[in-house]
Amino acid sequence: MTWRQRLSRWDVRSAPYLYIAPFFVLFAVVGLFPLLYTGFVALNRWSLVTGNQGFIGMGNFNYVISQPRFWDGVVNTFSIFLLSSVPQMVIAVFIASVLDANLRAKTFWRMGVLVPYVVAPVAVALVFGQLFADQSGVINAVLGNLGLDGIGWHADRFSSHVAIATMVNFRWTGYNALIFLAAMQAIPRDVIEAAVVDGANRWRTFVHVTVPLLRPTIIFVVITSTIGGLQIFDEPRMFDTFGLGGPDREWMTVTMYLYELGWAGQRNLGRASAVAWLLFLIIVLFAMINFAITRRIASSDARPKRKGR
Amino acid sequence: MSSVAMAEQLAGKGAGKAASRRRHRMEGGFRRPGWVTYSLLALIVIVSVLPLYYAFLLAASTAADIAQNPIPSLIPQGHFFDNVQRVLNAGIGFWQALVNSIIVSVLTAVSVIFFSTLAGYSFAKLRFRGRNGLLAFVIGTMAVPTQLGVIPLFIVMAKLDWIGNLQAVIVPGLVTAFGVFWMTQYLSEALPFELIEAARVDGCSMIRTFWHVALPASRPAAAMLGLFTFVGSWTNFFWPFIALGSTNPTLPVALQLLQASYFKDLSLIMAGVVLATVPLLLLFVFAGRQLVSGIMAGAVKG
Repeated sequence: MTWRQRLSRWDVRSAPYLYIAPFFVLFAVVGLFPLLYTGFVALNRWSLVTGNQGFIGMGNFNYVISQPRFWDGVVNTFSIFLLSSVPQMVIAVFIASVLDANLRAKTFWRMGVLVPYVVAPVAVALVFGQLFADQSGVINAVLGNLGLDGIGWHADRFSSHVAIATMVNFRWTGYNALIFLAAMQAIPRDVIEAAVVDGANRWRTFVHVTVPLLRPTIIFVVITSTIGGLQIFDEPRMFDTFGLGGPDREWMTVTMYLYELGWAGQRNLGRASAVAWLLFLIIVLFAMINFAITRRIASSDARPKRKGR
Repeated sequence: MSSVAMAEQLAGKGAGKAASRRRHRMEGGFRRPGWVTYSLLALIVIVSVLPLYYAFLLAASTAADIAQNPIPSLIPQGHFFDNVQRVLNAGIGFWQALVNSIIVSVLTAVSVIFFSTLAGYSFAKLRFRGRNGLLAFVIGTMAVPTQLGVIPLFIVMAKLDWIGNLQAVIVPGLVTAFGVFWMTQYLSEALPFELIEAARVDGCSMIRTFWHVALPASRPAAAMLGLFTFVGSWTNFFWPFIALGSTNPTLPVALQLLQASYFKDLSLIMAGVVLATVPLLLLFVFAGRQLVSGIMAGAVKG
């Protein structure tokens, strides 16, 4: 009896920790440890084939920082990120506001905007890579029919960024629209009605009441898309057959450079690790700046006091 | 502009109030959308679906034809099954990739559901020291770009001789911070303490209480979590590309191989795209509703 009681007490005490343990163990092994160990690998000469060949201090970092290609990658990554996130937020809020109505067949429309989400980025990139093909692509053909010159989507730096950002926008705009839609529906209707009663038209109500109330959601979406967006790999990797980011690395992102150093070209995991750590720093820094900016922009409007989560 | 808004504009407060009364009867409806709204929505949905249809059109034509007519006619030609056949015989193991994708996606989905529910139950319903701190830690890890740890992860997997084996892709995805957070949120609202206590009083051990009370109660949220995990695993590329390589690919890796070896044969590549996408589209037809409500539920809470 006492033995059973003791067992039962042990059960009650230990169960909560046992149940959460799998997450913490797994995170420690495949999340935290690799991230920290990346810092160690970055301080060594470390080849993909022969492994660790000794401590070289900041050598890998110095190498990476001195490479114009790395900085090309940084610029490309940010350019693609801005081209994808800014229009995406605007269009997503717009789509959400269209969906935020007393629609017939609600679920159908909501599912309709979500279809691109279930298409793998690799597949999206292959399809859009062809839509944006320089010679046999639909978009240049349409431009040609309109009497315009085709655009060198795979030749010009900025154009290639537009094409790649379009892929990202295609996949994520509907998803984010649904997030914004949920946030819009959480806004109490009387707040909107009050604005309408005060004589605001629909556009003014939208800009001065709805958008400021979406602020917490906008911040949430911007932060999450920053973390993912700056690590972008799939779409630019698949934009052409060679996967190096173009003849002059026009659309090579930082993660692609990491891959190239580590696995494709030099097979130098030390240098690749230095890139990983630098990208980590960039992401942390940029997420913080982003947070500050979004907060300021989204709060600059006079808004009714209501605390969102 | 809708008639309700118009009435408010023209007639002021009284009409506004009448309109608002009318609105309340419309079950949370806000304004009555007109044809402009529906045309806009139709346009948005067409833009969402058209690239996929384009892929299908190319998959149903021939490479020579694509080169001649960049803008395909909207009626598909008859070469789709030929091209599918050629993808399957292309020597990059497309069948194997399909099977691999199914194995990886199903196993990670089931495992994420189980371990996330277990941890979520603990965080939401059990009392223990350090609970709030640990939960905050879990949420914090969601903001950590763990993808940047690929290099040591690769080194470890190589030591274990797992490179090229599916475990290399499955094991890192067995449980996620998002899943734990998601289930914690759900269970703290959906599972009454009384049920747990009743089971305990009846003599259930802790794990039996979890199994017979918490797990059934978590079903709706668990289904959504499983779907998101499934889609995430199915579409994942970066890590499988590094860890599996060409010998034992998942579908996205197989698509990359297809592109690398047959880059001139567009109809073949697009047939591969269609093949890799159709399973998820089928899933979407049956479970898209849950995905939609999952995203919307997550947004309000997150």
